[in-house]
Amino acid sequence: MTSIILRTSTRYMFPPLIVFSVYLLLRGHHFPGGGFVGGLFAGSAFALYALSFSVADARRALRLDPRDITAVGLAIALLSGIPPLFSNHAFLTGTWWEVPLPLGGVLDVGTPLIFDIGVYFVVLGVLLTVVFALGEEK
Amino acid sequence: MTVLPSLPITIPLAGAVLCMLFRRNIRVQKSIALFTSFLILLTALFVFSATKDGTIAVMNVGDWPAPFGITLAIDMLSSVMLLLVGLLAVGVSAYACFDLDEPRMEFGFFPLMLILLMGVNGAFVTGDLFNLYVWFEVLLTASFILLALGGERAQLAGSIKYVTLNLLSSALFLAGIGILYGMAGTLNLAELAHLVKDGARGDLLTMVAIMFMMAFGIKAGMFPLYFWLPASYPTPPAAVTALFSGLLTKVGVYSMIRMFTLVFESDPEFLHGLILAGAGLTMVSGVLAATAQYEMRKILAVHIVSQIGYILMGLGLFTELALTGSIIYLAHVIIVKTNLFLIAGAINRLKGTYDLHKLGGLYVERPGLSILFIISAMSLAGVPPLSGFFAKITLIIAGLRAESWSIVVVALGVSLLTLYSMTKIWAYVFWKPAPEPLPDLNPMPKGKWFVFLLPMVGYTVITIAMGVFAGPVFDYASEAAAQLMNPQSYIDAVLGAG
Repeated sequence: MTSIILRTSTRYMFPPLIVFSVYLLLRGHHFPGGGFVGGLFAGSAFALYALSFSVADARRALRLDPRDITAVGLAIALLSGIPPLFSNHAFLTGTWWEVPLPLGGVLDVGTPLIFDIGVYFVVLGVLLTVVFALGEEK
Repeated sequence: MTVLPSLPITIPLAGAVLCMLFRRNIRVQKSIALFTSFLILLTALFVFSATKDGTIAVMNVGDWPAPFGITLAIDMLSSVMLLLVGLLAVGVSAYACFDLDEPRMEFGFFPLMLILLMGVNGAFVTGDLFNLYVWFEVLLTASFILLALGGERAQLAGSIKYVTLNLLSSALFLAGIGILYGMAGTLNLAELAHLVKDGARGDLLTMVAIMFMMAFGIKAGMFPLYFWLPASYPTPPAAVTALFSGLLTKVGVYSMIRMFTLVFESDPEFLHGLILAGAGLTMVSGVLAATAQYEMRKILAVHIVSQIGYILMGLGLFTELALTGSIIYLAHVIIVKTNLFLIAGAINRLKGTYDLHKLGGLYVERPGLSILFIISAMSLAGVPPLSGFFAKITLIIAGLRAESWSIVVVALGVSLLTLYSMTKIWAYVFWKPAPEPLPDLNPMPKGKWFVFLLPMVGYTVITIAMGVFAGPVFDYASEAAAQLMNPQSYIDAVLGAG
């Protein structure tokens, strides 16, 4: 598709969409959001890019093969289940660490977030595998 | 005990992830798949030894207590199924390393196979009804792709039937889960069983039970909705068919055994009577369909249907001895059927066809392969010193004790027809002279050919061993059946562990 309006607006839309997808991922623990929606959001940003430019351009923008992203995401999600085993809890039990921040206060970092990051990448990878395959087929 | 029950799920997943990361290098993928398969077998052995004294290994995922979170519970039936999955994984992945074509491997056969194994293991391990549904979806999605992988015309035609009917079955399954949740407010199998025992009975429960019977019946290949099976199974390469025949329908049967011994056991006269009738019809229709076939894989595929009938017969009779028979039969048929498909694949590799009319004279050319085939075929038919005999005789004695004469007659008759089918393959493929000499397509040197045959030798040894050591096998199966007939121990193990 060669629409100047779409191309120009995609250039402006693309960065906020990616940032918003990360925002959705991070707020997911207590509010609506999470890895699944975040991944869908990021995926649709790249799908928009593929629509307004071309699938090849979108692949270049993504840098990695979507199938690799899926594999990495699965690996992250799987590994997030392991830390609780060291404190004698069951697989996938939520485990939290308190990370002190340089300006005072603490940040709670937990395995559910790591799991969600894995989900984010799995969804992104699978979605783009499908979208790119459909877009390239002539 | 905090990790062990989750390993059957996580190990194949880890293997699949590694295979995906190395998807450009087939040689590495092969070794990962083989190594993972051995690990799956090893874990299964650990689980087996941990549960063989009758303890039920329970784990609450994420430490959420029993009726609220997802529970994994492994009893003796589950652990014997896990063991069979492990044996199958090793044999089939070794076979696939030799036999499968490059494009299919490049497209991701190994990760898909491992994901399929994860789904199957998950279904055997879980103690939660919705989780069971999820595992079904995992293994079905993987099997859809494996079935269509390669995109040959026949494959796609088979896949459409397979996908359509399985989606119908999943919809029924999900609807049943919804109604059951509305009735009981829980989907934890142990708590469901507990609530049903306490009086949440009635007509609605029977209706839900029939929905589950249909859902699992479709997946298991039970009469009348079995026709997707002979349409789709013979189309993909031998390694895929062997994997499917060993595992997919058996997950359906396993789920039916689990649900109809644990939860739906309030009205055995009607429900189990229905299963028994279905079992008889399944046996007969499967074996009759086989007589008209002259393609090796198709004969074997429709025979899967009639074998399912035998396993369901044990559940239908619903006595301890009958369930013992079912469990032995499950183990026997998974090993033997997989082996027969692998041997058929090896024959196709040699001669390039599965057609009974075109093949011939293999007994002279390949005596070793012929012996492997005849042992498995006779075992399937139920000839005495082999595993099939003890499985069938247990079921038939159980039928006689329950005085259900008609099912005994059907089982014996179908057994005879199975023998006929197997002798048909034997006579056409191995014994009769080849109609026109087919070129030997096998480019393997002798040593490599022997390694290629190793999985089949292994399975043949197992079927002989299950016959020779029928005593210990029977003892184990009857303890597993006793555990199934007294669901209270399962309920206590799950709900008491939280």
